[in-house]
Amino acid sequence: MRQLIFAFCIGLFPFAANAVEPDEMLSDPVLEQRAREISKDLRCVVCQNQDIDSSNAGVARDLRLLVRERLVTGDADTEVIEYIRARYGDYVLLKPPLEPATYALWFAPIAFVLIGVFVGGGVLMSRRKQEAFEDLGSEDENTVSEILRRNEAGDAS
Amino acid sequence: MKRLTAGLPFIAAVIFGGFFLWGLNPDRDPNEIPSVLISQPAPAFDLDPVPGLETPGLARSDLVGNERPVVVNVFASWCVPCRAEHAVLTRFVERGGMRLFGINYKDKPEDAVKWLNDLGNPYERIGSDLSGRTGIEWGLSGVPETFIVDGGGTVLFRYVGPVVGPDAVERFTQALKQAGALPNGAAL
Amino acid sequence: MFPEIGHFALALALALALVQSVLPIAGASRGNAVWMKSAQATAIGQVLFVAIAFAALMQAFIASDFTVRNVVENSHSLKPMLYKVAGTWGSHEGSLLLWILILAVFGAGVAWFGSNIPAETKARTLSVQAWISVGFLSFLLLTSNPFERVFPPPLDGNDLNPLLQDMGLAMHPPLLYFGYVGFSIVFSFAVAALLEGRVDPAWARWVRPWTLAAWVSLTAGIALGSWWAYYELGWGGWWFWDPVENVSFMPWLLGTALLHSAIVTEKRDAFKSWTILLAILTFSLSLLGTFIVRSGLLTSVHAFAVDPERGLYILGLLAVSIGGSLALYAWRAPEMEPGGLFRPISREAGLLVNNLILAAATGTVLFGTLYPLILEAVTGDKISVGPPFFNAAFIPMMLALVVFMGLGPFLSWKRADIAGLLDRIRFVAVLAVIAASAAWYLLNGGPIMAYLAILGAAWLLFATLREWALRIRLFEVSLAESARRARNLPRASHGMTLAHAGVAVLMMGMIGSTGWKSEEIVFAGPGTEVTIAGFDITFEGAAKVQGPNYIADRGTLVVRRDGELVTTLFPERRYYPVAESQTTESAIRSTLAGDLYTSIATPASDQVNNAGAWTLRILYEPLVNLIWIGSILLVIGGCLSLSDRRLRVGAPRRAKQPASDAVPAE
Repeated sequence: MRQLIFAFCIGLFPFAANAVEPDEMLSDPVLEQRAREISKDLRCVVCQNQDIDSSNAGVARDLRLLVRERLVTGDADTEVIEYIRARYGDYVLLKPPLEPATYALWFAPIAFVLIGVFVGGGVLMSRRKQEAFEDLGSEDENTVSEILRRNEAGDAS
Repeated sequence: MKRLTAGLPFIAAVIFGGFFLWGLNPDRDPNEIPSVLISQPAPAFDLDPVPGLETPGLARSDLVGNERPVVVNVFASWCVPCRAEHAVLTRFVERGGMRLFGINYKDKPEDAVKWLNDLGNPYERIGSDLSGRTGIEWGLSGVPETFIVDGGGTVLFRYVGPVVGPDAVERFTQALKQAGALPNGAAL
Repeated sequence: MFPEIGHFALALALALALVQSVLPIAGASRGNAVWMKSAQATAIGQVLFVAIAFAALMQAFIASDFTVRNVVENSHSLKPMLYKVAGTWGSHEGSLLLWILILAVFGAGVAWFGSNIPAETKARTLSVQAWISVGFLSFLLLTSNPFERVFPPPLDGNDLNPLLQDMGLAMHPPLLYFGYVGFSIVFSFAVAALLEGRVDPAWARWVRPWTLAAWVSLTAGIALGSWWAYYELGWGGWWFWDPVENVSFMPWLLGTALLHSAIVTEKRDAFKSWTILLAILTFSLSLLGTFIVRSGLLTSVHAFAVDPERGLYILGLLAVSIGGSLALYAWRAPEMEPGGLFRPISREAGLLVNNLILAAATGTVLFGTLYPLILEAVTGDKISVGPPFFNAAFIPMMLALVVFMGLGPFLSWKRADIAGLLDRIRFVAVLAVIAASAAWYLLNGGPIMAYLAILGAAWLLFATLREWALRIRLFEVSLAESARRARNLPRASHGMTLAHAGVAVLMMGMIGSTGWKSEEIVFAGPGTEVTIAGFDITFEGAAKVQGPNYIADRGTLVVRRDGELVTTLFPERRYYPVAESQTTESAIRSTLAGDLYTSIATPASDQVNNAGAWTLRILYEPLVNLIWIGSILLVIGGCLSLSDRRLRVGAPRRAKQPASDAVPAE
């Protein structure tokens, strides 16, 4: 409903080429490169999931210019990002900050891997223990060895 | 143990399901961004008046030292929903006694002047933000947006989108009354 | 008239689905052969009726029947015919109908081709499949009827989004759906097995072809979507970790794990509960994807019509299907007998690691995609989780996976000979290190991660080729003998080699295009020259061009290298008057070495624009085509495996291999 009622007027130009324009670009290539990298980590707040480096929207352009302005005045990358975050909140960061609210997010991949290691280790260990129970009589042993040999030599199924 | 691990996927699914159910709440707008300005002092800015208008410009100092809260509305002549909102805001000003300040966002002065001449000018002050930089200071993600700022210059409330339609108007009226920005609330 | 026929056909399909939901499975518990066999007729009847409905909708689009609301909303008389046809599945209602069609196709497929499946299993499977169909058919008929009429009919339609008027994107949904809806039948097989209380190698054998078919299609669908995004959206990227991309990727990840896990169940009667769980989870993720795309839950460039009401219905479907199947799993899985034994160094162990890494990767993507929602629910704060997070978490996992992928085929079942193994791979490992070092020496710049990735891709490629070479005893025996061995290898074995090599190729494409991309952005007027990656490019100006339903500004770029003319490129900026939107049509020169990617845009600054200049963007993306080539290799590999005779043979049987050392068969 709400989407029907109001249409954001800052053109939702959906897609465009890498939207950085030559007149925005800084003359210092090092600073410009930093600006591009920072822009890729900032979200275009009027778009559906794009960064400001690739969005055509007016606000995106303004933010790109702002990033460069701050860099020229000597801000470090983190300071520039902090400046924009102070005005738009965490939503504008495509790389979620590491803070108590996002610990779960950042530690999740490691946690999944660790769980995997435990599960895998557990399975492999238990198979080992199961193996220890094998103790056939010699006749059965021979039969089994015979079957296994034929199995490994001709198994195609 | 086996039972427990076998049951984990089910439990996880139920937990996620709960979040999805919450997420489906029709009042929730996934595109809406909470404002960082709430309960913060209004950002520093100083805007010139719109050339061609007699209305004075707007700066942060105008938001401080007021006896009651004021409303800052960001608008533009090229913004279609702003037209409908204009009537609502005018009503709040004329009948409710609301004090209204405006930020004219990325608008050519001639267009803005013509727009206000056509529709009327309920704004006490209007700052011209041609570059959009002040909009960024306010954390603007679109036009229109409207803020309620208390007498001391602290931002109390932000409304995203046009204050148009019974739900929006109701919500905004409530906010105004709570802030004490509507002395003639009964007359609305 | 046809829309009404279509509507009626859907109702009939629903009726049949209802019957199929009850009769066969009841027949299976009672041992009633007639009831069980009824699934045959109902499944085929379902697919016929749904196909009729689909055809009816397509006819409405072809004829531009604007009395049908769906056609009005998604078509226009001026649209080229191909896209009118594609409009059939271009909306929420239409794509849902496609969903149901594919559900029915797979059900009918098992009914028709599954002569080697025991009657009880088949009956239960088809019943479960019917449960899903009932859920979606009722959803369609009750909330999203594609055949709704509109009166009075408008003179013309609203036109489909011009972005979707593209061949690649037109084919993307059918391929994608065939993929992730195809996993429904594997899900049904799994639930049937849980109900029966039995999973055995034969079960894994029956399930394999369907899993493969779905997986191949999903691979193709995702690759196609990615390729489309690359050439259409204008900034040369091909993956954005957008929520809707993620929800198609997760079934692929788990589907890959499922494919490999099923092999273990088939060959070694092990990993049974793993395979069942993967079968359930893969389709659950498909369902989740359907839910997220259509419910307005998350912000995404992709999302369909957002409608929380519909979302609630789908959530209900999810609760029943996912909740039900996982509850069944929790109840029944512990009762399944554990399978074959194996040592820690063995093919089974390798595949176990493979499964765990893929599961961890899937979990990461899932958590990252849903985290904004979860956090907002818990604290009310809104955050974004974008490419920086996903890349940081996902890429290392994939590198680890690639190491095991190279290793796996060398391992024997049950117990691998470690010394022999090291012997065989030592050469490959050294070769890979040499390759990576050479890259480091020859190329300049690039992040260290890129070189690690090159090492991984080289390792995978060399290891895969080496394993294949060992199998056919390349260079150890005569070429003719090697060729004979190669011919006699089961097709599935070639499939594996090709698919794993395809992954290595794909990786190289990803590494090249992201790590060594170069870019030039300039304001260009006639005569402006740009140099990039050894090319000299001259902009000769832009002209207005008229298309069938658009007007475009077309730029002319002359590309030379060392003075020689290489090609002329014509990037366009198109304006669609009816839809009132614009698209960028980039002009790309593609070679194996890389893409020269050009586009033009109207400058944002009025000043520059009024001076008659254009914003010209040129990218050079090295090796990017290896991504698509790698994907094709994956698809071919999968198809090869699918065509393996052994999958069509009845009961699992032993085929004699030509005498060779005990190299594990695929």
